Amino acid sequence: MGTGGVTWLGTPAFPEAARAALSDTQLRANLHKATSTIRGKRAGAVAELPDWERLRRAGEAIKDDVLAQLDGYLEQLEAAVTARGGVVHWARDADEANAIVLRLAREAGTDEVVKVKSLATDEIELNEALAAGGVPAVETDLAELIVQLGRDRPSHLLVPAIHRNRAEIRDLFRREMPDAPADLSDEPRALAEAARAHLRRKFLSARVAVSGANFAVADTGSIVVVESEGNGRMCLTLPQTLITVMGVEKLVPSWRDLEVFLQLLPRSSTAERMNPYTSIWTGVTPGDGPREFHLVLLDNGRTDTLADAVGRQALRCIRCSACLNVCPVYERTGGQAYGSVYPGPIGAILSPQLLGDFHDEQAASLPYASSLCGACFEVCPVRIDIPEVLVHLRGKAVEAKGSRSPEALAMSALGWVMAGPRRFEAAQRLGGLAGAVGGGTIHRLPWPGSKWTAARDAPAPAREPFRAWWRRTRG
Amino acid sequence: MRVALFVTCLADTFFPGTGRAVVELLERLGCDVDFPMAQTCCGQLHGNTGYRQHAVSLARRHKGIFAGYDAVVVPSGSCAAQVREMHPGMVGDTHGAMAGAMVAPTYELSEFLVDALGLTDVGAYFPHRVTYHPTCHSLRLLQVGDKPLRLLRAVRGLELVDLPGAEECCGFGGTFAIKNAEVSTAMLADKMRCVQDTGAEVVTAGDSSCLMHIGGGLSRLRAGVAPVHLAEILASTEEAPWAPAA
Repeated sequence: MGTGGVTWLGTPAFPEAARAALSDTQLRANLHKATSTIRGKRAGAVAELPDWERLRRAGEAIKDDVLAQLDGYLEQLEAAVTARGGVVHWARDADEANAIVLRLAREAGTDEVVKVKSLATDEIELNEALAAGGVPAVETDLAELIVQLGRDRPSHLLVPAIHRNRAEIRDLFRREMPDAPADLSDEPRALAEAARAHLRRKFLSARVAVSGANFAVADTGSIVVVESEGNGRMCLTLPQTLITVMGVEKLVPSWRDLEVFLQLLPRSSTAERMNPYTSIWTGVTPGDGPREFHLVLLDNGRTDTLADAVGRQALRCIRCSACLNVCPVYERTGGQAYGSVYPGPIGAILSPQLLGDFHDEQAASLPYASSLCGACFEVCPVRIDIPEVLVHLRGKAVEAKGSRSPEALAMSALGWVMAGPRRFEAAQRLGGLAGAVGGGTIHRLPWPGSKWTAARDAPAPAREPFRAWWRRTRG
Repeated sequence: MRVALFVTCLADTFFPGTGRAVVELLERLGCDVDFPMAQTCCGQLHGNTGYRQHAVSLARRHKGIFAGYDAVVVPSGSCAAQVREMHPGMVGDTHGAMAGAMVAPTYELSEFLVDALGLTDVGAYFPHRVTYHPTCHSLRLLQVGDKPLRLLRAVRGLELVDLPGAEECCGFGGTFAIKNAEVSTAMLADKMRCVQDTGAEVVTAGDSSCLMHIGGGLSRLRAGVAPVHLAEILASTEEAPWAPAA
């Protein structure tokens, strides 16, 4: 429905959205190139560490501890941030969070805010809310800027413009960036330089910055942002007022827990041993950095997700995007087909849970956007068993659809057949008769089998099923 | 060793040659093979599509039928994974009549041959150029590793060629192939291209379901590559060589 952000209004269910994406040859080529490159690099970066599996287990254990005692850690964080001169705000949903940020920006007397790349603010559609309130936001991450200038949607957690190639970006900059050189080439260096010059003016004039957070340390009240471009560092240090919007699950208990995550995240995400910029701040420090710091703690479906014993592991996610990069479905459809700021395997389990409405056809289609191949679980740095959660959420989708859907009736019939060997054998005999008429290979089946035979032949049931052979020869 | 064959509902109905091959192979290797006639389906299709209630009743049935053997052998990585990895959570150990029943270990075929029987050379003969697709559930849920490859390397006359992008899913995924038929087909297209690039005449795997998918695509293209289950390659001998189904 898109009311709480999370999923985009008007996106069709996954199979339909995927169909459109699959026929976009440019998208397919861009995605294949980008994901296969990063896949190989990630595998190399991870193989360097002999204790990778132990790190993963440590990451899992720390996050599980946080989720098990979230209320206590959040109060600890609030106290620590407040003690260091920050102000903590609590937002139940997207509307509350957006209203808080808009009010704070207005109070700071600004007519524009600069933004560090942040999924939480994309989730709540903060940019749209700020623009509607007369305080437009400027994205300063290169890929986010590309998405913003193109009035586009993000398609990847880390590289939201992964679906665009450099020629498309050059054309976009020439069209939408007034200060871009007229003879701008599509060399990555030239494109980055054009964006740099454009953004530098924004950084120097901005009074308010908005960021997300990769981690928040409960016992010290420190907030951590990791990034590659340095735009984050500019936003986090230059403006007078800093507003950070953070999902309530982003906590780690103590400073030393960062040791685990600052190894897991960059290697999984960008295949780097360490990301270029790690900014950590604690409240406000007179004479150094922002004079005002506000932390907006966002729920937006997270505590409901936490209540689900199987589904809650999705809240361990550190947004590295390794699962997207290895996913054979994502590689072919891209991120926009998932209809949410959270695409790929993690999106397929996170978006419907945050939205919390399995009667929503689009959200209910997401857990089925997977062949359950398990490549995502294999690479997840915090060991989220994504296939397990996908199957669990399919159960919720089935429940919402009710027992009278054609699929539910077919499944009940199949379950009845499989509940006894005599019924099963009778069905085999029926199928074998049909098969004997058609021959060994079926080229065309009625719906829904037509979905199979559109591109593949199907076998006919055997004239002598295995059990009949067994009875004849050994029985 | 008293071994029960869990043939899988798919092979039973559509690919009986795979079941016959397992029986012939295991008997040749000296096992006492039984086929409990009450077996039907492990419930994976229901479970993975979100119909947990049905899956749980099928899991309970299955557990009762296969109690009391030394081992259960399945020519399917994904059904073996369903029984071994999923059933315990569904059936539990405290439920009704099945509580305390002896549960025989369930092995995927290559695991049984290599781990339980300690064999890699099963005396097979298969004079064809073959490429092997490691199916996702045998690879990632069961972690069979290179066991199928070790078995294939010991087959006389067999020329084994590496499959590029071997560890990538073929796009089957059970009802995924129907519900997201277009994405599934796009994945299949790449898998078929890789298979054809090897110049193999036979593509093999430990799962009839994935082979049905890859083979169904290759057949539609008249690609001239036959899908043959690992069991049928290992059952093939000089005296009784494998022959394509009529």
